Amino acid sequence: MEENTSNEKATGLIVDEQADRSIAAKLVYVARLLWRDKAGLIGLVMFLLVVFAAAFSPWITPHNPMQQDIQASKQAPAWAEGGSTEYLLGTDSLGRDVLSRIIYGSRVSITVGFLGVMMAFTLGMMIGLISGYKGGRTDNIIMTLVNMVLSLPYLVFVVFVAAILGNSLLNVILIFGLTDIPIFVRVTRGEVLRLREEGFIEAAQSIGQKTPRIIFKHIMPNLLGPLITLATFEMSAMIFYEAGLGFLGLSVPPSIPSWGNMLAMGRQYLTVYPWMSVYPGLAIVFTGFGMNLFGDWLRDAMDPRMRQKKK
Amino acid sequence: MSSILSVKNLTTRFNTFDGTVYAVNGVDFELQPGETLAVVGESGSGKSVSVLSLLGLLPAESAEVKGTAHFQTKDTQTDLLAISKEKLNKIRGKHISIVFQDALRSLNPVLTVGEQISESLMTHMGYNKRQAYTRAVELLENVGISYPEKRFYSYPHQFSGGMRQRAMIAIAIACEPEILVADEPTTALDVTIQTQIVELTRRLQREMGMTVIWITHDLGVVAGIADRVIVMYAGMPIELAKVDDLYENAQHPYTEGLLGAIPELGETGQNRLISIGGAPPDLFEAPKHCQFAWRCPYVFERCWKEIPPNYQVEEGHYTKCFYDMSAQQARDEE
Repeated sequence: MEENTSNEKATGLIVDEQADRSIAAKLVYVARLLWRDKAGLIGLVMFLLVVFAAAFSPWITPHNPMQQDIQASKQAPAWAEGGSTEYLLGTDSLGRDVLSRIIYGSRVSITVGFLGVMMAFTLGMMIGLISGYKGGRTDNIIMTLVNMVLSLPYLVFVVFVAAILGNSLLNVILIFGLTDIPIFVRVTRGEVLRLREEGFIEAAQSIGQKTPRIIFKHIMPNLLGPLITLATFEMSAMIFYEAGLGFLGLSVPPSIPSWGNMLAMGRQYLTVYPWMSVYPGLAIVFTGFGMNLFGDWLRDAMDPRMRQKKK
Repeated sequence: MSSILSVKNLTTRFNTFDGTVYAVNGVDFELQPGETLAVVGESGSGKSVSVLSLLGLLPAESAEVKGTAHFQTKDTQTDLLAISKEKLNKIRGKHISIVFQDALRSLNPVLTVGEQISESLMTHMGYNKRQAYTRAVELLENVGISYPEKRFYSYPHQFSGGMRQRAMIAIAIACEPEILVADEPTTALDVTIQTQIVELTRRLQREMGMTVIWITHDLGVVAGIADRVIVMYAGMPIELAKVDDLYENAQHPYTEGLLGAIPELGETGQNRLISIGGAPPDLFEAPKHCQFAWRCPYVFERCWKEIPPNYQVEEGHYTKCFYDMSAQQARDEE
């Protein structure tokens, strides 16, 4: 053991750590990776904060987000003139607590972002795998469709569909989930085309592995890195677009507090009572920024070759 | 003794957008159990393609493979080129394995080395994870990797070039195949490691009684390991001989040229290395005559008219040349 210590140092701690495959050891390993890259850590904390807010909204909100208090309407945030600690971030034109509404609004954003991306991810990856691995005519047909969808102006298309389907949470998820498939298809296909020519695929064939196994065991793990990274970026984009739809009144019904709805409502008071739209706006930026930081870290962490390069 | 693999008239063509590439034009050989057969030739001479054709590893949409390749196991005989992909999958990795040139490209970067060795064991031997682990550690140890229990969990990029090639060999021999194909496994390695890999292969061959096909362009390596040698040129085996016969009594002008191009220790530096003039022929054209005619110092009329057949010059020594090197004259026309 001893004479080889220098060698083990040269290859990093990974050799040692990965020999212990218990879940606890893996968690510790991930935690150490995160600790080394502070930006990723900050991103994850920001994202988890939003998830926490969404999960525990009823317990952490100071007020019922629907409850109107006309006498306290348009109240400034606590630290500004005319504000009170009862409504920390002020109230909107109907006297509803902005902070509580932001916390509840995260539920819509996270739900739409997460489910939408899940849908686009799974379907997009499947279609992309088929397209890339089968090639030929199948590939041509799929890619023509993908390019057609991608050539549509995205927001206009989404607005159009949303306007037809009408507002409900399920519709919003479906719209984003379906319209985002082409991006996942394209990235998957590109990666599969590249991976298909790799020596290790030939090597896997040479030891008699069957096609499904090659796809799932050899190609898919190589796809997860780029795709999960794409997913985090797409999720933050989806949260933006959901807010955009909400701003146009095409996302969830106005009765449900969402960041987009709040922006729309605050728009007419923007110059006079900016807190009504600035804080939900900040919530959107906060979430998006956190997810992008985390996504960046994830891309490196998913690749065993990148993991140890980072100091 | 019957041969373990008998290849007859193997031809491989690639139908590409630019035209047809005649990559392999009629390869015949018999592989005797336990021997080491070296296939030598320059880049593009079809040595790798021949073997990849046999194992069905060429892209199905462009490659057109013809001929027969009878593979003999204890009780069954199969034609590798005629069976279905499913049946071929049962042979690849279990009975015939291949070690590729570039070990880094041939290992999956996101799977641990151990997983990749286990894979073959689980597919062909029906091992479960635990059994596969035990066996994979044994294999890693056997190919000379220290701390195999730890290295099992390493990723390919954490290995050095030599270790990667050892890992590739471990994967290839996992199911104790009858035939091991080494497709230039030492080309990307430095000389010291080359020797180690060659030695390792020889030891494994002895221990497991494997038959080895060693593809290389390094005649130095060939001299050290091979029993018999096939010299390939432009997709044709132009000379086949026992290794000593080939070095002492080359019967094809191309082989003669190749051997003349090996530098020798102790040369004073006054003799320049001999090189063969010209370049290999364009593979886009179907061969109509001896493919070496353009570059051959002994060329005469007949060489431009037909493809030379196999002439036997001594026992087990064949050459495709109209010129009789020993007699220093053209062979008689039949």
